[in-house]
Amino acid sequence: MTTRDTIQLGLYLIVLILATKPLALHLEKVFEGSKNLLSPIFGPIEKLIYRLLGVNPDEDQHWTKYSIDLLVFSGVTCGFTYLLLRAQKFLPLNPQGFAGMTPDLAYNTAMSFTTNTNWQSYGGESTLSYLSQMLALTFHNFISAAVGIAVAVALIRGISKKEGKGIGNFWADMIRCNLYVLLPICIVYALFLISQGVIQNFHAYDIATTLEGVKQTIAQGPVASQVAIKMLGTNGGGFFNANAAHPYENPTALSNFFQMLSIFLIPSALVYLLGRRVRNKKHGWAVWAAMAIIFVVGVLITAHYEYQGNPKLAELGCSSPANMEGKEARFGIFNSAFFATITTDASCGAVNAMHDSFTPLGGAVPLSNIMLGEIIFGGVGSGLYGMLMYILLTVFIAGLMIGRTPEYVGKKIEGREIKYVMFAMIVMALSILGFTAWGALDPRGLAGLNNPAGHGFSEILYAYTSGTGNNGSAFAGLSANTPFWNWTLAFAMFFGRFFMMIPMLAVAGSLAKKKIHPGGEGTFRVDNSLFVGLLIGVILLVGALTFFPALSLGPIAEHFDMLQGHLFK
Amino acid sequence: MKVLYQSCLATLILAVILCGIYPALVTVAGKLLFAEKANGGLISNHEGNVIGAEIIGQSFSKPIYFHGRPSAAGDKGYDAANSSGTNLGPTNQKLIDGISKNIDDLLKDNPSLKKGQIPTDLVTASASGLDPHISPEAAYVQVERVASARGVSVDEIRNLAKEHIEGPAWGLFGEPVVNVLLLNLDLDRRYPPKG
Repeated sequence: MTTRDTIQLGLYLIVLILATKPLALHLEKVFEGSKNLLSPIFGPIEKLIYRLLGVNPDEDQHWTKYSIDLLVFSGVTCGFTYLLLRAQKFLPLNPQGFAGMTPDLAYNTAMSFTTNTNWQSYGGESTLSYLSQMLALTFHNFISAAVGIAVAVALIRGISKKEGKGIGNFWADMIRCNLYVLLPICIVYALFLISQGVIQNFHAYDIATTLEGVKQTIAQGPVASQVAIKMLGTNGGGFFNANAAHPYENPTALSNFFQMLSIFLIPSALVYLLGRRVRNKKHGWAVWAAMAIIFVVGVLITAHYEYQGNPKLAELGCSSPANMEGKEARFGIFNSAFFATITTDASCGAVNAMHDSFTPLGGAVPLSNIMLGEIIFGGVGSGLYGMLMYILLTVFIAGLMIGRTPEYVGKKIEGREIKYVMFAMIVMALSILGFTAWGALDPRGLAGLNNPAGHGFSEILYAYTSGTGNNGSAFAGLSANTPFWNWTLAFAMFFGRFFMMIPMLAVAGSLAKKKIHPGGEGTFRVDNSLFVGLLIGVILLVGALTFFPALSLGPIAEHFDMLQGHLFK
Repeated sequence: MKVLYQSCLATLILAVILCGIYPALVTVAGKLLFAEKANGGLISNHEGNVIGAEIIGQSFSKPIYFHGRPSAAGDKGYDAANSSGTNLGPTNQKLIDGISKNIDDLLKDNPSLKKGQIPTDLVTASASGLDPHISPEAAYVQVERVASARGVSVDEIRNLAKEHIEGPAWGLFGEPVVNVLLLNLDLDRRYPPKG
């Protein structure tokens, strides 16, 4: 790493810390339904929507009602997107005349965007009309992000509540999040992106005649408005096939910096909000620190192996073995490794370099980040409720070690909560490993591979990890637009989203009912460095025990092959 | 089922706000504030024909021009309606064969260049296949070829390439790069090719 790399990393952390508290305070007001900065503008619209929907925003819903509303709403939006993608050909704003999607691809895409995954089995600029990009995809970028944040907020309510039945109102949470948080930030952010060179228009693709006289068709579109929410909502689905590597999606190092920042912005604020609501700000910062430590270590490892690169390059005569394959010149090694780590720490999945061409261990870090559950700041909302699974587990294990009933911020953690948490964790592991085994044995799975040997296995493993983790990045050489891949991945995405979300809402409901006990001398503290250490330990231990065998078949085996100079056909 | 009705209506209302009003607002504001960039940063020649976009790379193979990075976008490379990298992994024979070929071609085009001095970015494919940039080193190793093809002194071409180095932004962000299309346009303007 160069000095400039270190400064960029430091600056990133500083700006993130500075933005965390103000945004968290805003979020707190928004989700309490009290007056905030933007109430004068959006307040009347909010009230009008409630009236039209017949929603009473103050109705405190039981977790089962909250979950049902969430599931039905997600189902409806998913169906709406499916129909839209199928019927694309007959709808307006389609200057290139793209055909409708096949059933498997439309289902995969609808599920992908509903679950905040944004796995893309298609190339945007060669498949989707402007209407589909906006109405099907940008729509879900907002909605799925708002749903995730709503769940995290509901969970915080359950944890911090003195004793009650409800965990908040789904409709109020979801609508407030869109109006007061996502939309206003995106408007400003999209304009900044345009100032950097991200395009925003509805033109048909331009035809240029290049300096050497070749025809070049240049894809256009309303990109900035989609990219803003794609990053802020940790969705990650690119307008173009090359995603944030495309010069029209991420033109400068500055746009790149802010895109990276916008991934962690809301997740980081939610962690602070947790500490604030449980009346223990130090707990919030302790969780933040645990995330930040794993994050920085990940960046350093990825950057190290990408700089070390591929020894073959030096052998062939390159001045440096640093791995520039699949990276953009303006980002270079460090900003590609940096972005790859952030996008997988969170459930974003946008990429500014091709992860498939990373060195084995450089690519193993993004893969492992997703395997850990995307809890290193994580997706908007999903990062926090994912992290809370590990926090409850840590508290539980610590309780067992000292022989006391485990307590978390004054609430007793009992068998019921731990069962919900373990259910979510086991489903995730089962989905990743089960589907990977299936994909690696089934000829229809293997047919999609772009690379041989260990790297091919990594492509399969990465796909199902990304799907289940609702990340959406890929070892993109995989030709995933086949019925086998589209269907299996759609199920993986469904399991990963809702079999984690609903158990955590159940935890919220169960905790909400409990009394808060004042902590005593023997209570395990959740705001000191011991807690940070234990939390990191539990995360890594669970991750390693579950996934190390799979990792050793893919990236680790390939690493040694690369060092030995082995090549595969 | 009240919740089904609510969900459908909410979908409709939010679609109007988030997919209608929001992108329309951004489009209008973008056109007012940064019209050129919002429209793709297209460059036209003096006859008014579009010759490319400032930040979209295009294919160069003639000796009188600086060449960009290898591209995997579309079948022939630099297809700006089909962005893509090679997605080949580091132990894939195809990757190494491709890079070897790129190196052989580069050495043939630039006889003064020696093995061991080859800038890595000039022989590896970019992520988008549309990378408009190369590293300053990748520009410098092509200076001799361009100078002799245009019959201009090496120093003049080198200075021009140097003028075109951009970044890092604020001295901090990203890497120093040269925009190949802009450099080549400048070349044509200042040192028009003979014949």
